[in-house]
Amino acid sequence: MHKRYSTDFKVADIRTVNSSCYQLVLQHPDTLPEVAPGQFVQVQLPDSATSYLRRPISIHDADFKANTMTLLIRRVGNGTELLSHVKPGDTVNLLYPLGNGFNLDTKQIGNSPLLIGGGVGIAPLFMAAKHLKAVGANPTVLLGARNVEDLLKKDDFAAVTTTECTTEDASFGTKGFVTDHVYMKDELKRFTSIIVCGPMPMMRAIARVAEANNIPCQVSLENKMACGIGACLCCVTETIDGHNTCVCTGGPVFDSKSVKW
Amino acid sequence: MVDLKVNLGNNLVLNNPVMTASGTFGYGLEYDDFTDVDRLGGIIVKGTTLNPREGNAYPRLAETRQGMINAVGLQNKGVDHFCKVIYPELKKYTKTKVLVNVSGSCIEDYVACAERIAALDHIPGIELNISCPNVKQGGMSFGTVPEMAAKVVEAVRKVYPKHLIVKMTPNVTSVVDIAKAIEGAGADSVSLVNTFLSMAIDIKTRRPILSTITGGMSGAAIKPIALRMVWQVANAVKIPVVGLGGISSASDAIEFIIAGASAIEIGTANFINPNIGNEVVDGIADYLAANNMKSVSELRGSLII
Ligand SMILES: Cc1cc2nc3c(=O)[nH]c(=O)nc-3n(C[C@H](O)[C@H](O)[C@H](O)COP(=O)(O)OP(=O)(O)OC[C@H]3O[C@@H](n4cnc5c(N)ncnc54)[C@H](O)[C@@H]3O)c2cc1C
Ligand SMILES: Cc1cc2nc3c(=O)[nH]c(=O)nc-3n(C[C@H](O)[C@H](O)[C@H](O)COP(=O)(O)O)c2cc1C
Ligand code: FES
Repeated sequence: MHKRYSTDFKVADIRTVNSSCYQLVLQHPDTLPEVAPGQFVQVQLPDSATSYLRRPISIHDADFKANTMTLLIRRVGNGTELLSHVKPGDTVNLLYPLGNGFNLDTKQIGNSPLLIGGGVGIAPLFMAAKHLKAVGANPTVLLGARNVEDLLKKDDFAAVTTTECTTEDASFGTKGFVTDHVYMKDELKRFTSIIVCGPMPMMRAIARVAEANNIPCQVSLENKMACGIGACLCCVTETIDGHNTCVCTGGPVFDSKSVKW
Repeated sequence: MVDLKVNLGNNLVLNNPVMTASGTFGYGLEYDDFTDVDRLGGIIVKGTTLNPREGNAYPRLAETRQGMINAVGLQNKGVDHFCKVIYPELKKYTKTKVLVNVSGSCIEDYVACAERIAALDHIPGIELNISCPNVKQGGMSFGTVPEMAAKVVEAVRKVYPKHLIVKMTPNVTSVVDIAKAIEGAGADSVSLVNTFLSMAIDIKTRRPILSTITGGMSGAAIKPIALRMVWQVANAVKIPVVGLGGISSASDAIEFIIAGASAIEIGTANFINPNIGNEVVDGIADYLAANNMKSVSELRGSLII
């Protein structure tokens, strides 16, 4: 098991990304340790009457020169709402880096992986795309959302590598779901593996297509968590070996074939 | 210097009154990166059963105001796995006392599980979790009927010579009746409370949030009720009482000790602050010093009425 930390970060920047999402840049007090694409943090919430437990959030980006980590967060309830009110200079305690990140070894996943993100599920893919590019691979990104407003960070992804989009209302890119895109149909054979993070129905659909076409596929699950460190057993998913496996320590990234969908 | 040591009897002496509650601290190992586990008075590891258990289906967690409801369902790999694989790793803790929470669904299972743990030198005691349903008696929890509680405690007492803590459920009309039955059956101490039976509903879907519909509530919100129960039991039995339920700070812990608890356990608060146990140890020491008290026993049961 890799070393994990509990650290008070300072909010360096908080900005709105769209009507429901915001981005938090957190400054480490000293030297940011190694964190890998696909790993997550457990964010302690500001004291409040409504929310209690920490919230698991993916590491969206890390800057080892500036010693900062960036989180991309969607407001869905009280906890993520509370966090959206932090101000530059505020302290936020994180447990990190948690879980196993993506397998980005090109000897195993090949040179041309397809990274698919739905909604705020695009968050962990950004670091993965940058890493793959840096090691000389040729990643392709496919982002899906309801409409163009919800297509997060498409320009940032496009600045890193080839990026295509789908929207359900055809306001940008191909109309429909990511599974309607040509990458998931006629052109699927171009890709050596798939990495996906998004809503469960989307991941399930992609896992099915990947399996039918014999393409290795990694999924990043977002089960509800209490501890995030393997102590409470609240976050389990059923794996094909018939056991309940903790998403926080056994994942959040799983080989799609090992998950009982 | 204040003396934080507490003697719970039958060879169980803790370096300080702070333990971690079963099911919230894994095997201690999960917390090594975040806190000095060995500095705690004791750690009570995950509920262990005779046979492996997969636990309940997901979702197992509902957050509530200042609390949470869980439906983990005692997922664990069974006592043999514990003895073979986990126990050797726990020997690295030399100062803290490692206790095992023993659970079961019939008396025979509790007994067999306790017997195996009795053979482990490095485990000075067990905490018998009698909140589990008795599958041979219509699924009613052992801990809800004095006679049933006494029976399981007597049976385990026969095979388990080391320190036997019996952990009570709060889901009863009279905790005092149950506590007296447990004391009469030969327990060395009692701990309370386990979780409160509760439920949560998702109003968008009108479905229960937990796969099991109902679950056990823990966390800060339950503290006042737990404190009342600990006070009642401490006044009714002679054996030491271990208090828990919602403890999230040193002042919470001190309230339980004033109410009569000899030691305390911290559960859900570990999820929010994995170093909370050691912060509470320091806070108790500071409080004793500030109040010119030399030991925890001076504070214990010092409620002024
Ligand atoms: C490993 C991991 C990584 C994550 N990464 C990110 C991230 O980078 N950015 C981000 O915005 N979110 C991420 N999430 C999801 C995030 O943790 C939840 O959205 C958050 O905890 C919700 O808290 P809340 O108090 O705002 O909402 P709550 O009040 O807890 O819930 C509000 C509503 O959202 C639903 N909900 C809550 N949690 C989840 C979930 N995990 N999945 C689906 N629906 C949920 C609830 O059922 C409810 O309907 C991640 C989750 C995990 C497990
Ligand atoms: C996720 C979780 C798992 C638990 N598992 C057990 C268990 O296996 N055995 C047991 O006796 N109590 C178990 N408990 C109950 C706690 O040990 C404790 O009694 C309860 O949570 C109240 O204390 P707290 O409010 O400080 O958490 C569990 C509690 C939680 C939250
Ligand atoms: S969240 Fe506690 S074990 Fe995964």
